[in-house]
Amino acid sequence: MNKQISRVALVALLLLAALIVGTTYWQVWAAPGLAARQDNAIERVAQFRIKRGLIYASDGKTVLAANKAVKKAGETLFFRRYPTNGFASQVVGYSTQGRSRAGIERQENAYLTASNANLGTIFDKLTDNLKGATVTGNNLVLNLNVKAQKLAESALAGNCGSAVVLNPKTGAVEVMASSPTYDPNKIESPNGYASILHSPSACPGSSSALLNRATQGLFVPGSTFKTVTAAAALDSGKFKQDSRFDDPGYCTEYGKQISNALNPDQTAESYGNVDFLAAYEHSINAVFCNIGKSLGAKTVLDEAKKFGFYSKPPIELPSNEVAPSGLYNLQKGALYDNPKIVDPGRLAFGQEHLLATPLQMALVAAAVANNGTIMTPHLVKKVTAPGGGTVVKFKPQIWRKAMKPATAAILNQFMQAVVTGGTGTTAAIPGVAVAGKTGTAETKDNHVYTAWFIFFAPADNPTVAGAVVLEHQLNGFGGSVAAPIARQLMEALLPATSNK
Amino acid sequence: MAGLLTAVGVTEIYRLGPSDAFKQGLWIVIGVALFAVTLLGLRRDYRVLEQYKYLFGIGAIVLLFLPRLPGIGTTVNGARLWVHAGPFAFQPGELAKIFLIVFLAAYLREKREVLAQARLKDVGPLLVIWGACMLVLASSNDLGSGLLYFGIFLAMLYIATARLSFVVVGLGLFLAGGFFAYEKIPHVHERVIIWLQPWTTQKVYCPSTGGLALRQDCQSYQLVKSLYSIANGGFPGAGLGKGTFTSSDGVQLIPYLNTDFIYSALAQELGLIGAAALLLVFMLFVARGMKIALQADDGFSKLLAAGLTFGFALQTFIIVGGVLRIIPLTGITLPFVSYGGSSVVANFALLAGLMLVSNRANS
Repeated sequence: MNKQISRVALVALLLLAALIVGTTYWQVWAAPGLAARQDNAIERVAQFRIKRGLIYASDGKTVLAANKAVKKAGETLFFRRYPTNGFASQVVGYSTQGRSRAGIERQENAYLTASNANLGTIFDKLTDNLKGATVTGNNLVLNLNVKAQKLAESALAGNCGSAVVLNPKTGAVEVMASSPTYDPNKIESPNGYASILHSPSACPGSSSALLNRATQGLFVPGSTFKTVTAAAALDSGKFKQDSRFDDPGYCTEYGKQISNALNPDQTAESYGNVDFLAAYEHSINAVFCNIGKSLGAKTVLDEAKKFGFYSKPPIELPSNEVAPSGLYNLQKGALYDNPKIVDPGRLAFGQEHLLATPLQMALVAAAVANNGTIMTPHLVKKVTAPGGGTVVKFKPQIWRKAMKPATAAILNQFMQAVVTGGTGTTAAIPGVAVAGKTGTAETKDNHVYTAWFIFFAPADNPTVAGAVVLEHQLNGFGGSVAAPIARQLMEALLPATSNK
Repeated sequence: MAGLLTAVGVTEIYRLGPSDAFKQGLWIVIGVALFAVTLLGLRRDYRVLEQYKYLFGIGAIVLLFLPRLPGIGTTVNGARLWVHAGPFAFQPGELAKIFLIVFLAAYLREKREVLAQARLKDVGPLLVIWGACMLVLASSNDLGSGLLYFGIFLAMLYIATARLSFVVVGLGLFLAGGFFAYEKIPHVHERVIIWLQPWTTQKVYCPSTGGLALRQDCQSYQLVKSLYSIANGGFPGAGLGKGTFTSSDGVQLIPYLNTDFIYSALAQELGLIGAAALLLVFMLFVARGMKIALQADDGFSKLLAAGLTFGFALQTFIIVGGVLRIIPLTGITLPFVSYGGSSVVANFALLAGLMLVSNRANS
């Protein structure tokens, strides 16, 4: 009988050993994943005992997120305060007990609560725990430029739109504004969240101010997408810088004529025989329509993918706050990329269910500015320890090679021409070579447009690149409403020396 | 060891709710008293119990069916396990477990040679007990206890007959029964679904509200919150008294924290170090119990000690395994640690049984 008892004993001990394995799995292996879940109330509440790290703008002085200590039942709890009352709200996000977290507050929660895996942080946290002291999180310094961000927010105020400006060489995001905006301090107040969610705004459809339109807002890119089409044309070798085109004022699609953009006197423009530069400078739809038909939808879509379309740009925001750009089935709200069902002509000038985020279009401009290479966009400059000292400093990284350097050089000239003598002259800054491209996308309503401007400067050695978009503009064109905002932003960000 | 486990339990219960800890303390006193009475009463030769084996067998069945009686039985969380008599409420299943083990030890010792031949006639009782367990499972909606009784039965049958085929057939039957229950009994079906997919990304039907909700906000709310609690402890744990079980305005975040989910509370506060240490104490207890069984010199003692110990181990596995999502979650108590009068008293009785066997083997 003893042999059986030994075996049963072994089974019993194995069952209990399995429990240790199971506990190890949940406490060590699966713990980070569970901690990141937004319905994890325990993690959320537990973290209010941690003094979260502060969030600073790029000057290292302007505090965007701070703490308010509250004594409750013998414990000190730290609640978030946002001293700027709505500066880059969608980027900074919020951290609340009731509504969990959003934005940088969510994405960089590990640093802010000192639960990141850097050795120094682990040591500090352990000593704090042993001493019974309050655990203090690491601080974040963002790349956001206070002056330019404020400028962007006030310029966009009252409109539905967004502005993104980054350094094309490093990927540092200096402006990320989204309008309408909100005061994150109100999120946790009674009915605060609902009132922000339902407050009326200039935006058609989803009007929520919580939406980060820079990374989640999907807009018809219109003519700004011609930059991608031109890159595809030049990269393919089918077209050269000196290719010439005939513009009859329309392009024939499926036997129907699609006219160029209308002049103010309501007649379609026609430029006759033009070179590639002129076609881009004057944003001639008919020419790009024919380029698209000649290249085929697949070539254009493949080029767009090289620019980052169909993927989420890797930026320090929660995955559900970043949308990929591309062709969308509007009924299903889903991406599709089957070239067989795409009209290549319309795709070439950025219509045909094509939707893009302002961040994506800023990256298109940045690609041209940086010889065809897109750097990984970074909102966070560095992470610093509560007692001073740097925990992590983010180095520039290459995200994608969007096009050949030679193609980028040609497009650089094209985009300068737009500002010197084309559709984007309103973005010109005296003494600075500005490059840009307008976009005025049609909507279902007559005379109501989505106005775009993508840009970079100085053209010979670019340090700023970006995109401005304004939705639902009555008779507002890319050149008339978006480009002037872009000019202000460039003026604010370019060093005074180049601003002669 | 039992004292240590009990102390850990009372400490955690006190931390979660001081008034419950006082009641638990009262139950522990009763448990220890019963422990002493058992030891004193049976100090000469506990094997007299063998003579009353059918009384114990019938007693176990009566106890198991008590909650089914209208008037005194009550349904908690879809399972009929409780009996209310005046101000007292207890779960007779806990005591039934020990009665069943005593009965089986005596019955199997007598019939082991016959059973080992595995003739259809002799396998009859096996099928009867299997049927009874399934009946209990089906009637009380209690998957965990069904598994516990049947597991104890199989282990003791195997020890008595040394026939692995019984275990294989028994497990097969249990799985078949379990599958049937999964298909036919909504309560069991729900438990299995929660186990397999506690999180959903789309809203599903929520029986408690009748509307649509994510499963983690509805049926699997308890399990998911308990997993969050365990994960929050991490390796070092939050520290005793420093765990998070309520929100800052006092809303309870995990239900049944001091009974079914005491392990998730302990795991959060003590961390992996503490939880593993606690489980090691359970393992030591089991190892010690099995050693007693090995040292005992007669069949009844061996079967009794091994059965009690295996029941203890299996009960721990079923509840902690449920909390850890190793098996579907069923509400039974963690021996010695959980809050619950019947459980504490029954476990002290179990301990008394082991001590008696050990004492006899050593003398």
